[in-house]
Amino acid sequence: MRKYVPKDNVQKKAYYTDRYHVVPKVPQSEVVEGTHFAKVLEALENLVLSSSVQLGQMVLHINPKDNFEVIKILKEQCGYTQCSEQSAVDYLAKENEFELFWQLLNINEAKRVRVVCRLAKGEAIESIVPLFNSANFAEREMFDMFGIKVNNHPFLKRIIMPDDWEGHPLLKTYPLFGDEAASWYEVDKIFGKEYRDIIGPENRDPAKIDMKDTKRFSRIGYEVPFGTEYNADKEVPIEYSETLLVNYNKKASKQLDERK
Amino acid sequence: MAQHQVNYTSSAGLPIALTSVDKLVNWGRSNSLWPLTYGLACCAIEMMASGASRYDFDRMGTIFRASPRQADVMILAGTLSKKHAEFARRLYDQMTEPKWVISMGSCANTGGMFNTYATVQGVDRIIPVDIYLPGCAPRPETLQYALMMLQKKIRRESANMNKNQKQDLTTQTSKKRARLI
Repeated sequence: MRKYVPKDNVQKKAYYTDRYHVVPKVPQSEVVEGTHFAKVLEALENLVLSSSVQLGQMVLHINPKDNFEVIKILKEQCGYTQCSEQSAVDYLAKENEFELFWQLLNINEAKRVRVVCRLAKGEAIESIVPLFNSANFAEREMFDMFGIKVNNHPFLKRIIMPDDWEGHPLLKTYPLFGDEAASWYEVDKIFGKEYRDIIGPENRDPAKIDMKDTKRFSRIGYEVPFGTEYNADKEVPIEYSETLLVNYNKKASKQLDERK
Repeated sequence: MAQHQVNYTSSAGLPIALTSVDKLVNWGRSNSLWPLTYGLACCAIEMMASGASRYDFDRMGTIFRASPRQADVMILAGTLSKKHAEFARRLYDQMTEPKWVISMGSCANTGGMFNTYATVQGVDRIIPVDIYLPGCAPRPETLQYALMMLQKKIRRESANMNKNQKQDLTTQTSKKRARLI
């Protein structure tokens, strides 16, 4: 198995370093005058830092403190009545901040807007639950997975991981196999910490086979009862499944005794 | 079981079978294994198929029970997440003795392809397992075969067993465990 290396600077160094590889980029264009998106920009006035159109959707960059105001205007004045997605992206290693986004949908115009902001580590964002109830679970998930606090949320509690879980799993620095607390979580919870050395560490190697471990493995032809010591000298005859079943074909197949 | 030819027309017509208590008790236990209705992931679909009319577990005396107090067998069918581990253990503890556990599918056996922070790497970390059932997901025939193997195992056991003492990982000393690994 490949050895695990801590990936604290996973974003600083490119994972894929083929010199002929061109990173695909979504084409961006300016907002055209006179379109629906231009009217939206007009309604938002000076709250928008920058705007562009990507794949037919408008992307608005805003200040994190303006998020409630911007989304309120989008909902009440521009007809964006659905918040279909809300989450964050971890750019802590590169820029020491998160990217938060809200994906909004206008059903009447069939248009989508993505509101994006950059939030420094440790800062909190304003909840948009008073505007969109769908943001309730999304914000809880964001808190669970990234540890981003949400102000004025009605019930900010972990939603996917258990309440007593340590760490936030969607951070890039969180190891895929879990940290120390995660690897012992179920043992600590059920049996208590003193059972750690009895139960032993997790086996993360899927190909590991221990011939002497008679609790998990049984060497064919040398089986011993569960949990007893492995014995290489004592051979056990192999018993196939036919011996379990009734042999209905014991009789010889029908044969003609004489020709008629 | 020693079967004797019985003449129903004489000696009051009573059939006689000579056997030991062990065999009689194990005969009863092994032919009415009642598993707990407890599905964790996609393996549960195969488990449901095994219980339904096509594969028909009922003909083997295996009827799924909705309460752990009435169940003998726990079939852990699917991925056990770390959040759910304590509840699985609690259900196991609520089952009355004697009880057996079938670990169904790769995820329950070893964590399977979920080599991540959130999955229990093998249910035998928290519950003693009798039968490990390979497959992703195992076919209903495989589960039936596992159940037949479990019946075979029960018939071999002593009726008066103290199962927890024999098998529970938690009662072993670390020294003993170290020798096993």
